[in-house]
Amino acid sequence: MDSLKKRILFSALLLGIGFSVVAQPPPLEVTKETHPGAEPPIWVSLSGFSGEAESVLRFDLYVQGFNFTNADNAQYLIIGSNNGNFQGRVTDRYNKGTLLAKAYSGASLRRQTHLFVDEFMKALGRAGISQTKIAFKKDLGSTSEIAVADFDGAGEQAVTADHTIVAAPEWAPGRLALYYTSYKLGNPDIFYHDLSSGQRRVFSRYAGLNTSPAASPDGRRVAMILSKGGSPDVYACNADGSGLLRLTATREDESSPCWSPDGQWICYATKIGERRVLCKIPSTGGHPQHIPTSGVLSPSEPSWSPDGQWIAFTAQMSNFEICVVPAGGGAVTELVTGEDPSWSPNSRTLVYTRREGGRRVLSLLDVPTKQYKDISRITGSNSQPSWAN
Amino acid sequence: MKATRFTTLTALGIALAYLTAGCHPQNMRPIYGSVNPTPEVNPMPPIQPAPTTMPTETPTMIQLPEFPGHTNWIENPDQLKDDTIHFAYDSSVIPSGEKSKISSVADFLKSNPNTAVRVEGNCDERGTEEYNRSLGERRALAAREALVGLGITADRVDTISYGEDKPVDPGHNQAAWKQNRRDDFVVLTPPAK
Repeated sequence: MDSLKKRILFSALLLGIGFSVVAQPPPLEVTKETHPGAEPPIWVSLSGFSGEAESVLRFDLYVQGFNFTNADNAQYLIIGSNNGNFQGRVTDRYNKGTLLAKAYSGASLRRQTHLFVDEFMKALGRAGISQTKIAFKKDLGSTSEIAVADFDGAGEQAVTADHTIVAAPEWAPGRLALYYTSYKLGNPDIFYHDLSSGQRRVFSRYAGLNTSPAASPDGRRVAMILSKGGSPDVYACNADGSGLLRLTATREDESSPCWSPDGQWICYATKIGERRVLCKIPSTGGHPQHIPTSGVLSPSEPSWSPDGQWIAFTAQMSNFEICVVPAGGGAVTELVTGEDPSWSPNSRTLVYTRREGGRRVLSLLDVPTKQYKDISRITGSNSQPSWAN
Repeated sequence: MKATRFTTLTALGIALAYLTAGCHPQNMRPIYGSVNPTPEVNPMPPIQPAPTTMPTETPTMIQLPEFPGHTNWIENPDQLKDDTIHFAYDSSVIPSGEKSKISSVADFLKSNPNTAVRVEGNCDERGTEEYNRSLGERRALAAREALVGLGITADRVDTISYGEDKPVDPGHNQAAWKQNRRDDFVVLTPPAK
């Protein structure tokens, strides 16, 4: 058997059906985006897909910076079928070759399509997001609850049934577990909730406010806002609740701590004089440093990208605006109207909240292209999304 | 020989197909959102003690009591209803026109020494959610500090913030927002023994 035959047979074996694969060119070099909101979309054409497979393809690709055109104008042709199972091939018209050819069996068509999009991203040298999860707050009028879903809103599941105010969910990194605030015991307290066992425990229940939990990237510590010292301040403790450390001691109302990916810094919103600002403080204690956000007012809700490069936040001006600033501070890019951004694990897409009349809608934003799309599968009023990392 | 090899390969193919394409996605039990769980590497450096001096001003802050505080006390939200304090936009400073209400609450507490009060801080919807939760707490604490300033013992005053989650007026206009930026006072009495 010559080597080509071997390769074809092996590929067919791996794919589980007789779908031949042409040798793949090496992954393309993707240059690092340095201008949020200024990148053009990557043009693709779809043919042969229908129904759920097509809608999943369109959603997944659009929120990762792709847009759709005809075969003559596209860089990538995605051709395939979804008769029972998904199969697809991606041809790169610029580099003249098949980038990817896959067929799937087993699991659902939806899952197969997500996997295909992830394989496409991988072939482009990117990490896919199609199998990631989000947690969020469901506003039910006078009460709220926490829920989780796939990043596109599929498979929504209730996490709490506290029949009170529940807020600020954040994932424990790499674990099927959440930290969140619940007023269940008559006070805003922080809970740790293991979603696989369904067990939860009170994580922080000091007098006054216990809110905005944020686990460190290694999962060993948790930053939060407590007011036990007489004013809302940033604290951090170990994941077992021990070693509580007060990081700020101001009369201002600090809020929304988040971690730098190396765990060295905690960024948060506060006030200096009469100005609302973002600051960062060493996570083991020390001097706070102002993170300049020139050009916008009242920054809050910072979210540090997992690659360490950016801080996304909400600016409050005539509307709420989703903004990004280099993690060291500097020129702010205003992206879209919305609030409470949370980064995808690959530091490219943000999930955020958009107000629409009296309702709040979860939406996804591809930061380089500024393309955004509502997660319309999640109905009702929802806010405070957190992307699992 | 060829046929045997073909059969073997077919069997292997079916097995592999089952393992890779067929079985894998269903049996995969991923850690949500994480294709590669964070490995337990890079042990955290030892935690340094907090600095003794903070670079900010030395604020006067009154510590909150340890729990349980007034858990299970009976709540009366109506007694001091007329003393609800309203705030300016994005401010936790008690307006001078509202200070008489603090005196009224202090007088009630002095006349009813067995009671305590819970100050409930609230915000309009024009801040972001967690920012409002902190601002609401600051508003409640402002009233607490003012009550302590009038001679009320600090441990008779609990605080809670609802942020923007408990508006009295669900509207999206100036009139509603003005009503929602407030401190409510709930009288607490000890449970009957």
